[in-house]
Amino acid sequence: MNLTLKIWRQKDSSSKGQMVDYKVTDISEHMSFLEMMDVLNEQLVNTGEEPVAFDHDCREGICGMCSMYINGEAHGPDRGITTCQLHMRMFKDGDTITIEPFRAAAFPVIKDLVVDRTSFERIQQAGGFISVNTSGNTQDANSIPISKIAADEAMDAATCIGCGACVATCKNSSAMLFVGAKVSQYALLPQGRVEATERVQNMVAQMDLEGFGNCTNTGACEVECPKGISLDNIARMNRELMKASV
Amino acid sequence: MALDSRVPKGPIKDKWTDYKNKINLVNPANKRHIDVIVVGTGLAGGSAAATLAELGYNVKAFAYQDSPRRAHSIAAQGGINAAKNYQGDGDSTYRLFYDTVKGGDYRSREANVYRLAEVSANIIDQCVAQGVPFARDYGGLLDNRSFGGVLVSRTFYAKGQTGQQLLLGAYSAMNRQIARGKIEMFNRHEMLDVVKVDGKARGIIARNLITGEIERHSAHAVVVATGGYGNVYFLSTNAMGSNVTAAWKIHKKGAYFANPCYTQIHPTCIPRSGDYQSKLTLMSESLRNDGRIWVPKNMEDVMAIREGRKKPTDLSEDERDYYLERRYPAFGNLVPRDVASRAAKERCDAGYGVNATGEAVYLDFAAAFDRYGTEQAKIHNITNPSKEKIKELGQEIVKAKYGNLFQMYEKIIDQNPYETPMMIYPAVHYTMGGVWVDYNLMTTVPGLYCIGEANFSDHGANRLGASALMQGLADGYFVLPYTIGDYLADDIRTGPISTDSKEFEEAEKEVKDKIEFFVNNKGTKSVDYFHKKLGKVMWDKCGMSRNAQGLKEAMVEIKAIREEFWKEVSVPGSSNEMNPELEKAGRVADFLELGELFAKDALVREESCGGHFREESAELDGPQKGEAKRNDKDFAFVSAWEFKGEPGDAVLHKEELEFKDIELKQRSYK
Ligand code: SF4
Ligand code: FES
Repeated sequence: MNLTLKIWRQKDSSSKGQMVDYKVTDISEHMSFLEMMDVLNEQLVNTGEEPVAFDHDCREGICGMCSMYINGEAHGPDRGITTCQLHMRMFKDGDTITIEPFRAAAFPVIKDLVVDRTSFERIQQAGGFISVNTSGNTQDANSIPISKIAADEAMDAATCIGCGACVATCKNSSAMLFVGAKVSQYALLPQGRVEATERVQNMVAQMDLEGFGNCTNTGACEVECPKGISLDNIARMNRELMKASV
Repeated sequence: MALDSRVPKGPIKDKWTDYKNKINLVNPANKRHIDVIVVGTGLAGGSAAATLAELGYNVKAFAYQDSPRRAHSIAAQGGINAAKNYQGDGDSTYRLFYDTVKGGDYRSREANVYRLAEVSANIIDQCVAQGVPFARDYGGLLDNRSFGGVLVSRTFYAKGQTGQQLLLGAYSAMNRQIARGKIEMFNRHEMLDVVKVDGKARGIIARNLITGEIERHSAHAVVVATGGYGNVYFLSTNAMGSNVTAAWKIHKKGAYFANPCYTQIHPTCIPRSGDYQSKLTLMSESLRNDGRIWVPKNMEDVMAIREGRKKPTDLSEDERDYYLERRYPAFGNLVPRDVASRAAKERCDAGYGVNATGEAVYLDFAAAFDRYGTEQAKIHNITNPSKEKIKELGQEIVKAKYGNLFQMYEKIIDQNPYETPMMIYPAVHYTMGGVWVDYNLMTTVPGLYCIGEANFSDHGANRLGASALMQGLADGYFVLPYTIGDYLADDIRTGPISTDSKEFEEAEKEVKDKIEFFVNNKGTKSVDYFHKKLGKVMWDKCGMSRNAQGLKEAMVEIKAIREEFWKEVSVPGSSNEMNPELEKAGRVADFLELGELFAKDALVREESCGGHFREESAELDGPQKGEAKRNDKDFAFVSAWEFKGEPGDAVLHKEELEFKDIELKQRSYK
């Protein structure tokens, strides 16, 4: 198929960006979206132009690096997948596709489609851990039984890949789903309970400091989240916060 | 220089304990004055960085991604082995040690493997304490599954995302230390050289991938944990950015490179669909527990399927060739990875591949649907269930076990694997070879360490499933933090290492010159053009089976590609900005050198062992006819290569392997 691409080009964080049109031809429906981008970039390199910079690494939906806003949706049309798992069979010959970076005040553009998500890092550093040293004589792994239900729920929360689609999708650029997922994982496990109060307070304080918006319960984040992280995690985080403040 | 593996004396069971009792320690007050650089923050590097910081060292950690959480360890699916014996099925440290040495086809160093098995149980304790949500049973205790090539159930897992959960555990431990200021994290930075002062590793040159700035960083020791080099094949299951650069640069500065030809080609990956393919996707090995692998018996059916005139489901049982069951009745579809991969290649080379590229075989779940369905019908007291009902019941069970994999397959191939068999083909997945290290995990350069997949030490010529995660975390959490102390104990009075020396200046200049060369070369071909060309030679001549003539040709061809690369490569953009093409160019330049050494190593090893199959070394007759033939008399050694200016001129050093605690046997899966 032949396509028109409208892509955000921006030289660096201090330059102004703009949408630029490109044409690609002979795209196979079996290609992944990023392979289509490879074709475009190969074309650009061969004509001496600068290729489009975009983040990607694993190309199998787990590292959370890829981050494109395609036709107005984070990770494009299709549900439960990342940009790298999107396939061209979702488009048809003659389509025009708009490709932008994940936009949020806390995700400044570095170049073209690459954004800086280190605000997520700083939130994790504020409390996304259990304070235990590596010693080789930690107590035996089976000494505290954990109900299968709690373990499975913690696991579901823990599958967040830190991509930022929730933020890019939210009209308030809120990071509640991302933070809620981490807070929940630990809140559900006995090992994490010990520091639960401090953790939720510190992580939320850092989130506010980074300039993420408030949550107004629109639920768009859950719809676009490639890993199906549930809104229940936000509710759990709010309960943890309430507990912490009484 | 003679190789000294520094394996402690004494019985294998006591070596690690005795060693720890005798090594030099650095007192906590002195650790504050010692800096350690860790390059790469996957399972091995991340766990090492966190632990070293907890101990009190000042750590500087480097990753090319925007966060340590994105390292490719995150993609490991299946699980992590540990000799916990929670299932009471007779597991023990010795058994895990034995399985790993045997699985590695007797080409690993006994003492290292024993230590790995010994610390494996600690890893699980540590991870649970960190909040890693491993799978549990209804009693609330940890669950286990079993994996290929072993007789016990010792694999711990977190759904199909074990690597992700373990990496996030190590990442959380790092975050705690970053917050305390004990780890300084350099995201989006790439190490481009190591700096030696007075023969010791004292720092690195790194490029800031956002600004393009070249930076000098000094430390008292340097740890390289940058993973494997599977991307030398262009197509592999590795992440797009996975590369050999850090490992190769240290090789060129004096670290020997061991067994480069030991590569694991994983049998169950999604086949290639066209020339635009950028990477391959693995489907967990666990699928082979329930899937049967086959190709059509008759060539007419192969053609009919390729041309769309027939569907695989049209073929009756006796028109199918279940070739693994035919060749290996004892293990059937569960033969080890190397054996399964070669058998698929054998059928496809003979023309029986079932897709347009001729490189695919079927993985069929129909029998599993039937078996589980019949069982379910009994459990639910359904009398005379219809065929459809049985299939439906069976599919539910398979869905519960592998639903995410089936969905992933459908997204990529656009076929429903519940209705038609999956197509699979082997793909490059893991490299057992890597930088040579001694028992302390130190390379042949003092103060320079190498851990995780980047080193060569524990898996011999073939790695067992669920052992990569175990090794990465063992090295980072429990081994390196001890062994490095023994070395650093001599450095308590050294003081900060200056970056204003001529050594740093020279290393920096070399790095800068190369970068300027790339952006000014204005050649005619893209970096990918050369990478793909290299990948094709590697796959055709250094792939699943190898022979002397092909390997000699590969050496010549790779050298020619490398020469063309330096003339014709084109890198748009400039050096002082984010420039992904420039990053790729540097990495491919190193792959083009490694590839030649790889072929040379494979040529020298005139035996078949593990993932390395030499066509000249196969059993000629008897029940094992056609199978791989190991040669313990002449090849029970590690090949450690010393760099001498050109990859083809590398000099071979042999570390003889001694097996005192295990009897060497031919592997048989018939
Ligand atoms: S919650 Fe979902 S959308 Fe948000 S960062 Fe995590 S995986 Fe991405
Ligand atoms: S590239 Fe890793 S999730 Fe898309």
